Amino acid sequence: MNLTLRIWRQSGPADKGRMVTYQVDDVSPDMSFLEMLDVLNERLILSGEEPVAFDHDCREGICGMCGLMINGDAHGPQRGTTACQLHMRQFSDGDTIDIEPWRARAFPVIKDLVVNRNAFDKIIAAGGYITAPTGSAPEAHSVPVAKADADAAFSSAACIGCGACVAACPNGSGMLFTAAKVTQLSLLPQGQPERYTRVVGMVDAHDEAGFGGCTNTGECTAVCPKGIPLNTIGRLNRDYLAATAKRGGTPGS
Amino acid sequence: MAVTGILLVLFLVAHMLGNLKIFTGETAFDHYAHWLREIGTPLLPSTWFLWIQRTALLAAVLAHIGAATVLAVRARAARPVRYAHRKKVNGSYAARTMRWGGVIILLFVIYHILDLTTGHLNPEGVPGRPYGNVVADFAPERWYVTLFYTLAVVALGFHLRHGAFSAFRSLGQQTPAGERRARAAALGFAVVLCAGYLVVPFAVLTGLVA
Repeated sequence: MNLTLRIWRQSGPADKGRMVTYQVDDVSPDMSFLEMLDVLNERLILSGEEPVAFDHDCREGICGMCGLMINGDAHGPQRGTTACQLHMRQFSDGDTIDIEPWRARAFPVIKDLVVNRNAFDKIIAAGGYITAPTGSAPEAHSVPVAKADADAAFSSAACIGCGACVAACPNGSGMLFTAAKVTQLSLLPQGQPERYTRVVGMVDAHDEAGFGGCTNTGECTAVCPKGIPLNTIGRLNRDYLAATAKRGGTPGS
Repeated sequence: MAVTGILLVLFLVAHMLGNLKIFTGETAFDHYAHWLREIGTPLLPSTWFLWIQRTALLAAVLAHIGAATVLAVRARAARPVRYAHRKKVNGSYAARTMRWGGVIILLFVIYHILDLTTGHLNPEGVPGRPYGNVVADFAPERWYVTLFYTLAVVALGFHLRHGAFSAFRSLGQQTPAGERRARAAALGFAVVLCAGYLVVPFAVLTGLVA
């Protein structure tokens, strides 16, 4: 396959940045999207040019490091797939592919396609923990959990924090991520003590980081590589309403 | 957005049911319109209830527009650099057109009040004779008025389709099965409301109400 790539090049946070066109020839359809970028980078290095910077780590779709806007689709055209698990057989010979970084004020570009997702860490730090006794692991059966709750909590816990929800949202909102991180704990008995301070703290941290507000358009869940359902945001909303109603009675709030 | 939207939706339902009284004849419809000014009497002086209701609706409209503006401003600030290539993945037309659809509905409401409440833009514009005003307004030779009303009501239908679902979600609708029901209910409600509003101008246009 011979492809034309239009890639966002930005030398640093202060640079204005621009789309640059590259030609990549002899691409195998069995390559992953990131391997195709590796091939491009090898050629750029050989010709003495600056290689394209992009984030990646496990390359098996579980770490959440990679994230590219490919032809306007977060993680590319295949649903439920991270960019590293996307294969070139999804494209045709002669295609032009636009590759851009996630676009959000809360995710400033560090270089080329690499963005700083520290804002997600701040949301986690604001409430992504439980009060747990330290020491040896407790007996797993001592706290019963309803199967449906365990399944719903697990589907939220599948979030890898890649940021595709923010990238796809027309409002630049990180509400699907925040909702996943809130509900994976609030659905379980271990997460109950901080349930209402957590949701208020994490939504406040989300808003302070400069993300937009949620308007339930559902673009986030369509591109989520882990298929986090949109109703997760409804669970967050219900907890938030309960928390703001109860807030006066919560010590430390 | 959800709470003020629900207040406005309640008004829309009452207004639609009131409109449908046009099929009961001129005397009944004009009597109904007169009664709207007498609600609350003798506890309140005449037209007081109407003005209380108008004030509450205006407050709801302003709060609704205010909340929408905050969301729009935040959305713009949240993405300072635009995508060169942007695709709509989920493709809900109703969800994507909420903001401009809302502006169109606001402009329509202003025209609608000048037309059928104050009568300035109505060919008859006789106070206290709404039946005659409506019939004159949607007369066949004024087809462009009917066309504009139709477009505005369809825009309202799209606004309600996403807005009603979104209100359920904002107020804590949280299960996948409930989401399917909420989406179906929002679509059904939008279609019924559109039909209820459009049947009046088209009845006048086709001569069913004259």
